[in-house]
Amino acid sequence: MFNLERWQEIFEAIGKNKLRTFLTGLSVASGIFILVILLAMGQGMSNGVAKEFENDATNRISVWTNVTSEEFKGMNPGRVIQMDNRDYELAVNKNAEQLELKSGVFSRWGQLTTYKKENGSYRVEGVRSDYQFLENESLVSGRYINESDLNNYEKVAVIGNQVYLDLFKDKNAIGEYVDIQGIKFKVVGVYTDPGGEREETRIFIPLTTAQRVYNAGDKLRSMAFTLEKHDKYEDALAASEAFSAQLESDLKTKHTISPTDKRAVNVNNTLENAKKFYDLNNMIRWFFWGVGICTIIAGVVGVSNIMLIIVKERTKEIGIRKAIGAEPWSIIGMILHESIFVTAIAGFLGLLFSMILLEIAGPYIETAYISNPTVDFSVAITTVIILVVAGAVAGFFPAYRAANIKPIEALRDE
Amino acid sequence: MIEIKNLHKSYHMGKNSLHVLKGINFSVSEGEMVSIMGSSGSGKSTLLNILGILDEADEGSYTLDGTLIKNLNEKVAARYRNKFLGFIFQSFNLINYKTALDNVSMPLYYQGVKRNIRTEKAMHYLEKVGLADWAGHLPSELSGGQKQRVAIARALASDPKVLLADEPTGALDTKTSYEVMELIQGINDEGKTILIVTHEEDIAHMTKRIVNLKDGLIIDDSPVNQVRAKTESYV
Repeated sequence: MFNLERWQEIFEAIGKNKLRTFLTGLSVASGIFILVILLAMGQGMSNGVAKEFENDATNRISVWTNVTSEEFKGMNPGRVIQMDNRDYELAVNKNAEQLELKSGVFSRWGQLTTYKKENGSYRVEGVRSDYQFLENESLVSGRYINESDLNNYEKVAVIGNQVYLDLFKDKNAIGEYVDIQGIKFKVVGVYTDPGGEREETRIFIPLTTAQRVYNAGDKLRSMAFTLEKHDKYEDALAASEAFSAQLESDLKTKHTISPTDKRAVNVNNTLENAKKFYDLNNMIRWFFWGVGICTIIAGVVGVSNIMLIIVKERTKEIGIRKAIGAEPWSIIGMILHESIFVTAIAGFLGLLFSMILLEIAGPYIETAYISNPTVDFSVAITTVIILVVAGAVAGFFPAYRAANIKPIEALRDE
Repeated sequence: MIEIKNLHKSYHMGKNSLHVLKGINFSVSEGEMVSIMGSSGSGKSTLLNILGILDEADEGSYTLDGTLIKNLNEKVAARYRNKFLGFIFQSFNLINYKTALDNVSMPLYYQGVKRNIRTEKAMHYLEKVGLADWAGHLPSELSGGQKQRVAIARALASDPKVLLADEPTGALDTKTSYEVMELIQGINDEGKTILIVTHEEDIAHMTKRIVNLKDGLIIDDSPVNQVRAKTESYV
């Protein structure tokens, strides 16, 4: 490899056979180019799907109730199940040590909200202070609902970024009063949510205030929890499944609902959804790797094909070289050295071009389910190495065969 | 220099086998210039290929400069070819993308000679064949006679014990043939052992000994009075 004389021989051969070198290089470069773009699109899809799923805390467990669908202990189906603060307290007390975030929710849809001359219709949710993290929200300005708001039934509101843009048109909102269905609320914070516009057209107020102003007593629409973090995904999943099951059975016992009733109590476990999402993401990744491997195989076949032609074309030259004293291994070495050199350079050029294209065009690709296609550099390098090695291995056999042709036969080849 | 005893060679093509050499006994001493003659199919090229370690005999022994040539692997064969033999072919067999100088220096490359020494030696041999001014030219830019002279320079470059020429003038016109033969005679005068396969009588008579082959056997082996191939004498 580090024989200077050999390098000189090879540069001479490459220089004298520009077209052949160019064609070999082109097939390798385009193979790598396609592969990298493909892997990048796979990553982009992966990113896109991840984005669709990131609007809530990933280990969130939500509970809401509905009407019963089964007759139970003499009670007819169609009975409305209503949760209240006691259900919440029961769940919290029973699992105090493993709960991380918790909140009961009382919400109303389509609440007319006015600020000066601007107005809009938004969902208003009464929540506890933990809810910010349950919804994966971050504050643009101001603060979130806190314990003292809850204890004092404060009429304060945290508005979504979209609500802020609708009503305040980029002016200061903190400390201003908005009118929700005729009741004045003081804006204390503006939040943003990775779920986008749909998630940002909501207004949060303290749960206690909501129950009071909507005359709801201690009723709850839903409850949301997260469990303490676990180091291992399997443990986290097992714990959250156990918690979900226990919560559901407690609620069913308390409200006298059939254990087999699927409509009355709904427990939505995000971690289970996340598992589906991770599985999907893995599938996407495997699929693209599968296609990628096939592309590499096609590339290898292409390289071997060209190598075969090169060897065929050089049979006579090989015969001459052998007649004047070239040993078989020096012939093999010469051919492989040249082809590895050409494929390596071409492979890196293909890689470079595709990386440049991704770098320039990547950030502009922002459609549903495809977002910022990029490729892991080490993955790309690995593929180049695989291609070069595979090309060399594939090229070795024709070269070996050529080197073992008897020189008289090679010389006869006109 | 060359010692051959009871050499046999057959070629197998499917079920048919063709007995080409049927027991050749033949020796060449140092400094000789021998021509091997015979009609096509007489086995003269086969004999030359065996002598050139490009092919191997089925039976019999071949000793080259005191070394028994038998059951060699490709690697050793290549080394012996490089060390003992220089080849001159009918179709020149130059590498077409290399200049005359690079073609001549190639045997030295395989001997592991450093590049600058290689170039120097190759240039010396190109001067010897009178083509120093054409050193940078590709074979396609040379005439047939010039190509053969480059090939001769290449054959000489590794300073071999024996020069083997397979119809060296077969692709050349008479005038050029005589020029090439004059050059080969000059090399022989310097003491190099030379074997030439030819079917041309006049070329054969420019050597010192003629071996006649027929149907795989030597039918005649006799010294001749060498005709000098002075170009003037032709004109």
